[in-house]
Amino acid sequence: MRPVYVIAGGITKFAKANPAKDFRLMVKEAFDSALADLGGKLTPAEIDGSVISYFSDHFTRQLKAGAMVQDFVGLCPKPHVRIEGGGATGGLCFQQAWESIASGRYEVVAAMGFETMSQVETAKGNEFIALASDTDYDFPVGGYYNGYYAMMVVRHMHEFGTTEEQFARIAVKNHNNACHNPYAQERLALTLEDVMRSEYIAWPLKRHDICVMSDGAAVCLLASEKAAEKFCRNPIRISGIGAGSDCMRFADRPHGQVPLLPHEKKSDYKHLKYPGVHSFRAGRVAAMGAYKMAGIENPVEDLDVIELHDAYSSSELQTYEDLGLCKYGEGGRFIDQGQSTLQGKLPVNPSGGLLACGHPVGATGLMQAATLFWQLQRTIPKHFGNDKLQVKNARRGLIHSHAGTGTYVTVTILEKP
Amino acid sequence: MPTEPRLPEIERGTEVFAVDPLTIRTHFEVDYQHSYKQDTPFFHGLAKGKLLGSHCPKCSYKFATPRVHCMYCGGPTQWFELPTEGRVHSWTVCYFAAQEFLKEVPFTLVLVEFKGVDTLFLSRLVGVERRDIKIGMKAKARFRRKATWTVRDVYFVRAET
Repeated sequence: MRPVYVIAGGITKFAKANPAKDFRLMVKEAFDSALADLGGKLTPAEIDGSVISYFSDHFTRQLKAGAMVQDFVGLCPKPHVRIEGGGATGGLCFQQAWESIASGRYEVVAAMGFETMSQVETAKGNEFIALASDTDYDFPVGGYYNGYYAMMVVRHMHEFGTTEEQFARIAVKNHNNACHNPYAQERLALTLEDVMRSEYIAWPLKRHDICVMSDGAAVCLLASEKAAEKFCRNPIRISGIGAGSDCMRFADRPHGQVPLLPHEKKSDYKHLKYPGVHSFRAGRVAAMGAYKMAGIENPVEDLDVIELHDAYSSSELQTYEDLGLCKYGEGGRFIDQGQSTLQGKLPVNPSGGLLACGHPVGATGLMQAATLFWQLQRTIPKHFGNDKLQVKNARRGLIHSHAGTGTYVTVTILEKP
Repeated sequence: MPTEPRLPEIERGTEVFAVDPLTIRTHFEVDYQHSYKQDTPFFHGLAKGKLLGSHCPKCSYKFATPRVHCMYCGGPTQWFELPTEGRVHSWTVCYFAAQEFLKEVPFTLVLVEFKGVDTLFLSRLVGVERRDIKIGMKAKARFRRKATWTVRDVYFVRAET
């Protein structure tokens, strides 16, 4: 496999509803903004193909929407493929784009994602998403993702003593970060009290612990070393790729042993039954793969910034553990100590994450990738219009994309060459 | 004199949410002939007041939510009757839901664990207040008198301790 670089990113401002623009126009906006970032050096003629990500055909009520995007942005008759993997759709798209360059098939590829969730009311949107859980066994009892994640964190609270305040602190952190991100949907300077007093949606998850439905698009352009040198002054290398999966029904997951990262010992988890429903085994497996490829032995020491999939404040806390930022059971303490804040040892979700940026599913993983790319390029001040969220001297970072209850997870490492 | 061909005028108008950008109501509905296929015995079981799981004769692994093939060895599993009493492994009370279930909120979802069975079963817990629900509490299966032929034919209530 040959080296692959990110050379440009583009995002639309995520919004609750963007009725004036359809998905094609939103993607074109993100695509044009990525091309503009290269100062006009790269034109669509030099792009060899695309990977297009969107989650649900129900929102668009249009099959083959990917073909319409390819057509609208002017990439026909070049090849393209659609990727779908629930909430991890964007992360899977990015990794598929990486593969198309790493394999030598393409020199330059466009990874383009979108979702237009404002087409239906929020309860119907939750229903569309709930159809990504088992429709014979889980959905018919009233199962939906807020409920599933609530049950997962209730078990985490039981196993490890995690508290509602601890995951509420993550909601506070991410919303306050987003106040400085012009692309974010919910720019709210929330306090711990605001989060704790917001209404229960699925106990113990409250309104501000849960991300919002969104309309948006994001694009990343990836290139071989030769093409990156030709088109971009400040490319960022993709140094690690990892992915994992888990049982579709979380009730089916084993109660076995923790797959260990290099800095963990078997004795750390003598009595822990894993993953059960308290942890995301796919996230752990994805991290192991990406760390091995990038040569990371201790993620807290070896990484400078992380953008991870916080559809729920609780799942960010659980993901700290899957990624090995702390041991299983110590996610609550990790946020209590402020380790993942902008001023902490390892800033997590400086963008505001899904909680505040919004989660237009197919765009989300690519939004994270574009944001991390800018962090490592140190061009956040240029793109956000202020330097508040630029992590100083960021050299190596991680993006994490996650599908419902942890059925698919991708972990990707980017670094400044 | 022959008249020009024309489409008939509409009798009822279209619901318009916004004029610019023009946003109209469109409707989509479909009836499926949905077969439970290889899982049919589970749903027959519910109608007879039985909860069926599956077990792998080779691995001795027991699945509370049935799978007709073992996820470890890939071999075929056999049906077996689960105990009707288990314990709450995890739970939540939903105050919001997917549109189809909005009219039922608040409702309680539980993952039930059964002694000697390796995986869990997702269901409703009925008749217990939020403050009284505890992980580890005993719950027993109840079955609807009139089958709906869905997984909703079983639900759980608090069992005497």
